[in-house]
This record gives sequence, C-alpha cells and structure tokens, in this order.
Amino acid sequence: MSLDFKPTFDGFFRDETFVGDFTFRNSPASIRRFPFPFDRDEYMYSVNIEPHVPVVGRPNSVFQHAFDVDEHYVSEMRDRARVLAQDPLRCQSLPHMELAGWDLLELIMESKARDYPQWFSLSKSGDQWHWINRPLGIEQRFTFLDSSTLPYGPLEYITRQTQGDFTLQDERDQNLWVDAGMVTTQADWSLDFDIGMNFFEWHAPVPLAHEKGIFDRALKFLLKLQNGAPVRRFNWTMTVNPLLDTAPETYPEWGTMRTTVTPENVGEKLHLRVELQALFRLPRSNAIAFSIRAYLGRFDELVTVPKWGRRLHRVVRDLHPDLAAYKGFLRNRDAMAQWLSQYDDGAPTSPGIWPED
Amino acid sequence: MTKTEFPPAIKSRPVYGELAPRSGTAHVIVADGEGAAAVAALFDKAGDARAAMLAKTHILYAPGPTGVDQWPLIAALCAPQAQRTPSVSTLLFRLARVLQDTHMGAQFYLSGTEGLMGQAQRDIMATGFPFADIQTEHRGSTLRRVQCVHCKGMTENVATDPFKCSHCGLHLFVRDHYSRRLAAFQGVNIDAEDPGQIPAAVERFK
Repeated sequence: MSLDFKPTFDGFFRDETFVGDFTFRNSPASIRRFPFPFDRDEYMYSVNIEPHVPVVGRPNSVFQHAFDVDEHYVSEMRDRARVLAQDPLRCQSLPHMELAGWDLLELIMESKARDYPQWFSLSKSGDQWHWINRPLGIEQRFTFLDSSTLPYGPLEYITRQTQGDFTLQDERDQNLWVDAGMVTTQADWSLDFDIGMNFFEWHAPVPLAHEKGIFDRALKFLLKLQNGAPVRRFNWTMTVNPLLDTAPETYPEWGTMRTTVTPENVGEKLHLRVELQALFRLPRSNAIAFSIRAYLGRFDELVTVPKWGRRLHRVVRDLHPDLAAYKGFLRNRDAMAQWLSQYDDGAPTSPGIWPED
Repeated sequence: MTKTEFPPAIKSRPVYGELAPRSGTAHVIVADGEGAAAVAALFDKAGDARAAMLAKTHILYAPGPTGVDQWPLIAALCAPQAQRTPSVSTLLFRLARVLQDTHMGAQFYLSGTEGLMGQAQRDIMATGFPFADIQTEHRGSTLRRVQCVHCKGMTENVATDPFKCSHCGLHLFVRDHYSRRLAAFQGVNIDAEDPGQIPAAVERFK
C-alpha cells in the first residue's frame, strides 16, 4: 500500500473483509447506532434534507460528528486501498478542482482532530502542518496548499483516510458540476463516466424523481448552502453480501451474488445499505463537498430491534416496483418480504427512526 | 424538417438545436454524413452576410457511419478552407491542428452524428473555447458510440441492444445515460447476474 499505512486493530476497530470471505459484522453496539433510514412504514422519494448537526439526547449516534468514525474504519480503509490498486480511475479530479481538494482536506483534518483526539491530531505552524492518524499508523508533515509535499493530491490523500465516498461539486451557471471524486463504496454508479456532469445529468438514470421535481428543488436548495452550515439526507438500497464496492465497473464480479439468495439465507445474505449523505460548502473554492457514507446492516442484525424488523418488512413489501428495480433488488424482493414477515406481528410502530428506548 | 427529433427521455443527453449564423471572428464547421445539408442550410440563412461569413470559414467533413457522403454539398460552398477526411478519427486529428490557430471569438458549428459532434465539442472545449460558442444540429444516423463501463473501451456505431463489446467481448446493454466528457453512452454487462442469458439483439439505432 503506497500510503504506507500500518493499520492497528486495538480492540475497537474490527479486522474484517468486504470481499471474499466476507467477515464483516456489526457488534451489538454498532447495530444499536445503525442509521435506520425509515421514519415510517412506507417509503417514497422526498427532499429529506436537514441540518447536519448532532441530535439532542443521542450522543452516540452517527450524526454526532461531521465525519463519523466507527469500528469498521481501519478495515474500510484497507478495502479502499485494495479497490484503488485495481482501478485508479475510482479517484479523479479535473484540473480546476485542486483547491477544493485542499478545502476538504482541511475540513476533515480539523474535524477529526477535534472530534476524535485519541486517534487523530493536527498541529499547524503557519502553512506547515503536521498530521497524525494513529489507527492507520500515518504521520505526515506537509505544506498546506502545496501538493508536492503530499504523496497524493489533497482529495485522494485525505479520502484514503476517511470512510465514505466523496465528490466535489464546482458551482457555475447556476448549476453544480461533479468535477472530482473518490468513489469506491458506491451503489452502482461510475465516477469515471459521470465526472464533469451537471446535477441533472448525473441523476439522469434515476426513475420517477425528475418528474416529481425532486431535482429542481434539491438543486435550488443546494445552491444556497452556506459555509459552516452543512446538511444531510439519507439514501438506501439493498446489497447481497457485505460488499462495499458495488461499482458498475466490477458488476460482472458481484452480479451473480444476487442469485445466491434463498428463503433460508436471507437473514445473513441481505444487507440494508444506508447512505448518510452530507453536503458542505467549502470556504476557498466555493465548491460543495458531498460525502456519501455507506453503512451496511445485515437483515438478521437489524431484526434484533423489533421496531426495525416490523418496519423493514412493510417497506420492502410495499415498495413501488420501479424503485425496487432501480435499487437492484426486484428479483429478491419476494424472498426478502417473506423472510421479514416472521418479524412483523402487525403491531403499530412508533414514528421516527430510532430503536425503542 | 430533416433534423433528428429525439424523445426527451434521456436527461444527460445533449439537446441539439439548429445551426444559425452568428457574428464571429472565424467560423469553424465540423460535419459528417447528412450534416452537410445542415451546413448548406446554415449559409442559406446568412442572407446578405453569406459571402463575408464564408470568407472566414473552415469546414471539416467526413462521410457518415452508414456511408452517406454529401461532400459535393460542402464543396459547392467554395469556402476558402474545406477538407474532406476519410473518417471521424482523421477529422479530429485535423481539427486539433485547426484549433491551434483559432482565436477567441470564433464560432463553432457541428452537425451530423452524435458521436462526431460529441467528440468535436469535447476537443473544442478542452482547448478552452466556451460551451456557448458551440452550436449543434443532429442529422442522419442515430448509431451510438458506447463506452464499456467494465473495460472502458469505446465501441463505435452501435446499432443493436444488447451488443458485444468490441474490446472485452462482454455483452452490454446500452444505458440511456450519456457523458459529454466521453462523448459516449454507457454500456453495462447484461448477463452479469445470469451468465449466458443474453436476450436477442434488437436494432434500436440506425
């Protein structure tokens, strides 16, 4: 690994895989803080955007910090390095986006050093910066805004050390243009194909939402995004096996896994894949950073929370078939709904996403 | 009207218009196949300004992917510079040289197939010319240029869906998703989930 990282698994970080033998699991504590995306028993698109701030009374939630670091951190970074070694096109930045990359590096380093001082530290003397990432065994002295002092461009450098995919959007002509990104944990979209597109173009394949005006409203909202006031939303899909990398590039490698679902193995094969998406206006470049953090929850882990078992059954059973097809699980939907039905006694569920207290 | 009318379904596909004369320091025209007729019509619209516009015009032309060659329409315009090239790739090679001597304030007119217009637009913008100075009008073949999302190879003149990638050999369906940077549609393996189950190819593009 060219980042020269020496990962340590110190008892908090899990040593697990997202490919091959698929040893990924959530600990009981990790299940309790899973970002369950459904606040009611049904799902349809909405512009479900809210301020990206901590939730009062939920200090352990994934919303607590700008960039959540959890027990999967070290293994996810190892998986990203594996994907990038196979396909360097997963990280690209058009030439005018380097400043935005520095903006993002600063935002992440300052956030992590503040929020997780036991793992990360950042000290500055003018433009001479000193960064320590203890879980990955990285120590780096560099000159801020001078790319020649880092082993990669700023976007690639910092996102090799940060969970979740990232894209950087340039703003011009009253539109947002996806002109840079690090994308190795995506739900079936290609950065290499989409880079350079505007907001409507890169969302072109999404069904139903254009006609509902979702993208017009979302773009209008995002163009008003202010520095220091990030926002977030959920997206979700289903993944067979805990694959972080479900890229179109490697679809021939993972596509057949979708055919391995049987009524007996739904609980261990199917994963609810939740994307916690956050948007940050960047101070120098005026670009918008978009973080897409994927959380995987095995069905048999999620149903240990009775409310989530009931609700997941109802959402899967009743989802519009176009959406099930777009999200890639139409072929397994009946088996999923059947398996989940044993966890749905028909009892009412409480509003909101949280497990019962 | 002979220009191609596309259904509005593909949000990432460029919207093509109709070429119209504009004032500019130079006029660079790129066309293939049936696009020659759009170029002739462009000068018909120029009226009294026709001769002055022609005097600052450079035309590059290639026959279309289905063999349509309307070079006589271009030759008849008697532009001071006009070259017929045997293929789109040769045309783009010549275009790169033309762009070296083209200055800001030039106007660009592209007509013909999507693959030609997309690649010419990509090269013109990469040279630094603004998007707004480029006009496009689709004429003729709707054969598609498709990038295999797996091996990244380009297959030109795709007529059927699905089709076989000319590089890696995977069977690909043509997704209605277009990248202007690549000037190509996206091809995705159709039998990734059920290897060997490949639907019969249907001719969708002509």
